Amino acid sequence: MTKYLMLKHYRGAPVPEGFVPMDQWTPEEVSAHMQYMSDFATKLQETGEFVDAQALSPEGTFVAYGGEGKPPVTDGPFPETKDLIAGWMAIDVDSYERAVELAGELSAAPGKGGKPIHEWLELRPFLEAPPTVTD
Amino acid sequence: MITDEQLRDLVPAVISILCRRGADFATAEDAVQEALVESITAWASDPPRDPKGWLVTVAWRKFLDLARSDAARARREERSESLAEGGPVPASEDTLELYFLCAHPALSPSSAVALTLRAVGGLTTRQIAEAYLVPEPTMAQRISRAKRTLAGKRLNRNGDVASVLRVLYLVFNEGYSGDVDLAAEAIRLTRQLRVMTDHAEAAGLLALMLLHHARRPARFASDGSLVPLADQDRSRWDTTAIGEGIAILQTALARDELGEFQAQAAIAALHADAPCVEETDWMQIVEWYDELVRFTDSPVVRLNRAVAVGEADGPLAGLAELVHLDESLPRYFAVEAHLRERAGERRAAAALYARAAAAASNTAERDHLTRQAARLNSSRP
Repeated sequence: MTKYLMLKHYRGAPVPEGFVPMDQWTPEEVSAHMQYMSDFATKLQETGEFVDAQALSPEGTFVAYGGEGKPPVTDGPFPETKDLIAGWMAIDVDSYERAVELAGELSAAPGKGGKPIHEWLELRPFLEAPPTVTD
Repeated sequence: MITDEQLRDLVPAVISILCRRGADFATAEDAVQEALVESITAWASDPPRDPKGWLVTVAWRKFLDLARSDAARARREERSESLAEGGPVPASEDTLELYFLCAHPALSPSSAVALTLRAVGGLTTRQIAEAYLVPEPTMAQRISRAKRTLAGKRLNRNGDVASVLRVLYLVFNEGYSGDVDLAAEAIRLTRQLRVMTDHAEAAGLLALMLLHHARRPARFASDGSLVPLADQDRSRWDTTAIGEGIAILQTALARDELGEFQAQAAIAALHADAPCVEETDWMQIVEWYDELVRFTDSPVVRLNRAVAVGEADGPLAGLAELVHLDESLPRYFAVEAHLRERAGERRAAAALYARAAAAASNTAERDHLTRQAARLNSSRP
């Protein structure tokens, strides 16, 4: 079993062809999209492959240690250039192929006109604990 | 057979009895939790005639085991110090002192909430962890740190009711409702508190909770999406809970000891009382917001007041109220969007709804605001 993170970006991922922002859809299309996402998570819970799903607020800040006796240094938000994560779903699957299959399915969520949005999701394997048998 | 809720009703009383016998709170609380676990198997085959007596006996035995163990030695020493400096614990039949201790001002809000749910609510650490979506060991640590903070503090009947009310309000308002219904749990605990304290604000908070809880069946559509107050199917509101909430509020208001929760409950009551949104008494709601501003002077209250002003005196009056408020307030753009739409500025409203969606702090609100933007954009001529 390997865990994978399916990352959804606000910015930084390739923009799919014919991209239309969600506020330009109809309310019914927005609802259908949300329903698809929620059904997808439910299905993975039933197959025993779901680990976690979270959505993130677009506003964020970079923070670093500011040095002895000083407050932490903060920077941002960065409006234009920075890669921006919108959320994720973590899955635990038997193979890379299965992870790709699921990411493809999630990316088929309906959008404008009920057509799949073809959103680019970033698939990242977790680094896991070392196996017991190594030789 | 005793229900889970009846069983949990007994928990604070049993802890109090152990404490009066000289047990320290932290160990007594652990002992009662262990007794609860044992009751599940023991009572299945042989339910006791006196469940409370059974719990006291078993919990006391557990306490002695725990107190004898090495792990508890340090705590026991602390306890004997605290007993030495204080007088005898006053004997009382109620459990009010436990509410005060769990909402002690030395505790952070999250610790006070966790400890209240365990020691007063009788929930397990696992149930509390699930309700707040944190791992169980994290919640266990939070609870034991809270107990360490309280080490040496004795049960005291003269605590601060206001701090208990704040904790119960947090339980009602925040947290994920999974296995345990936190809102119902908060109502149960506030109901008990009100009986014990005879405090107008305890009644105010109970009324507020009942009135909001009554609307819960109508707050979400079948697909899980948020339904705003104005669009809710009022036939789905729980009229029994509304009736009870209003009656409790009226009794409290008659005492003329107005406070923040009574004012909030009064606003909720005016909404609950309107057969349809058009019949809402917005003038009175604005007046109650004025009272609330006097008690809290919170910018969030002023923002909500602007919505009410927008309904009572028209959207332009509402927008004029926004001028004095900071854009960074939660829901600021959502309120401005609503008022702009009512003022006929659909294009501006759509952009503001999209901006509000980006600033939303939860997905239900974010999705709702996105749909509002979509509604205005897709119906544009």
